[in-house]
Amino acid sequence: MIPADVDYYRPATLEEAVKMLQNYGTEAKLLSGGHSLLPILKARLAQPEILIDIGHIPGMSGMVMENNAIVIGALTTHHEIASSPIVQKACFLLAETAGQIGDVQVRNRGTIGGSLAHADPAADYPAAMIALDAEIVLTGPEGARSMRAENFFEGAYETAIVGNEILSSVVVPIPPSGSGGVYCKAAQGASGFAVCGVAATLTLGNGTIESAGVGITGVAGAAYRANRVEEALAGLAPTAENIETAAAHAADEVDPLEDFYASADFRRQLARVWTGRALAQAAERAKS
Amino acid sequence: MEISLSINGGVRSFDVEPRTLLVHLLRDEAGLTGTHIACETTTCGACTVLMDGQAVKSCTVLAVQADGAEVTTIEGLAENGKLHPLQEQFWEKHGLQCGFCTPGMILTAAQLLERNSDPSEEEIRHGIEGNLCRCTGYEHIVDAIQAAAADMKK
Repeated sequence: MIPADVDYYRPATLEEAVKMLQNYGTEAKLLSGGHSLLPILKARLAQPEILIDIGHIPGMSGMVMENNAIVIGALTTHHEIASSPIVQKACFLLAETAGQIGDVQVRNRGTIGGSLAHADPAADYPAAMIALDAEIVLTGPEGARSMRAENFFEGAYETAIVGNEILSSVVVPIPPSGSGGVYCKAAQGASGFAVCGVAATLTLGNGTIESAGVGITGVAGAAYRANRVEEALAGLAPTAENIETAAAHAADEVDPLEDFYASADFRRQLARVWTGRALAQAAERAKS
Repeated sequence: MEISLSINGGVRSFDVEPRTLLVHLLRDEAGLTGTHIACETTTCGACTVLMDGQAVKSCTVLAVQADGAEVTTIEGLAENGKLHPLQEQFWEKHGLQCGFCTPGMILTAAQLLERNSDPSEEEIRHGIEGNLCRCTGYEHIVDAIQAAAADMKK
């Protein structure tokens, strides 16, 4: 399995990369870690004429704390995020998500920007980004703009990236004290992709739920926020009964996927069960 | 495109097509056939090499992406004719049968032990999740990695 013939450019800066996109348009594909793109190129599901390798652009990798948020460069690998003491301490849910992607070798190469821009409907990060209220930063010819993660995923492999924009960073607000977060999934046996993946974060105050964030991946055409679950939890005590009642709404707002691995009904069931598990564990973590 | 990279400590230059996969460069251009090709879909881990110290599946890296990198293949693991403790212990503990997965398995294990010099059995099993073996049932592989970890601490 060898990709089709392709030209290769390696811009030195983000600005240069944006200019190349302007010049080459849809003939070009961006390459960073390549762990979403190269399998597609090898299977010849895509045959771009040009690869623009942004993988070595300085300043687009790594994590910094800024204004009570973690700013993550698009080229930061899953391994770097999963193993970062800063992320583990400030936002465990994010480290937990990164650590469940693919396998060791995939996490060494795959990048958060590449994964989010690829927008596989069964990818792990999108659920966490939605639950954590992350902002996705897109840099284009006119500069940078940012949008909430839940508005970024528009469908299977479809995002809000337009024209010549490059996903340049992600801004993840640090959950307040009294919060607990969890990512867990029913993984497809061979690939590890989520048949149903749930990211949940709960913030407790005076024994009740002040706020809840629930992002679900793998169930529908795109990762989504389970609004009705979040609403059902607000102001209640995090009891098993309240969680179960709220989790029943996990797939209310979507039309679940149906494929070889799971029927739509089964995915609806998985969403309910795994949302319940995620919330129960998030509540435990919030208390500890 | 002209690239140069360090392979097992020696810098070498190649003229490659951008679509060339690192595994093909290593096997067909550098003549290092210890890196095996099996699934070609980032699943099995047989083609694992170390790139700048990190285990990667070389079927899912373009050779041009390795420009300037330091690559270690199974041929580069022994030093001065002395096998690496992992190689010794895979031999000693029967960590292989057909041997096809072994180069990738050993290089992934090398990275595992670099990140965690005293892994538990569970950590070892989790650490080799990206490498498939269809002969051993993994038991002896886990034994070999544990024994190598003990050797490397001596």
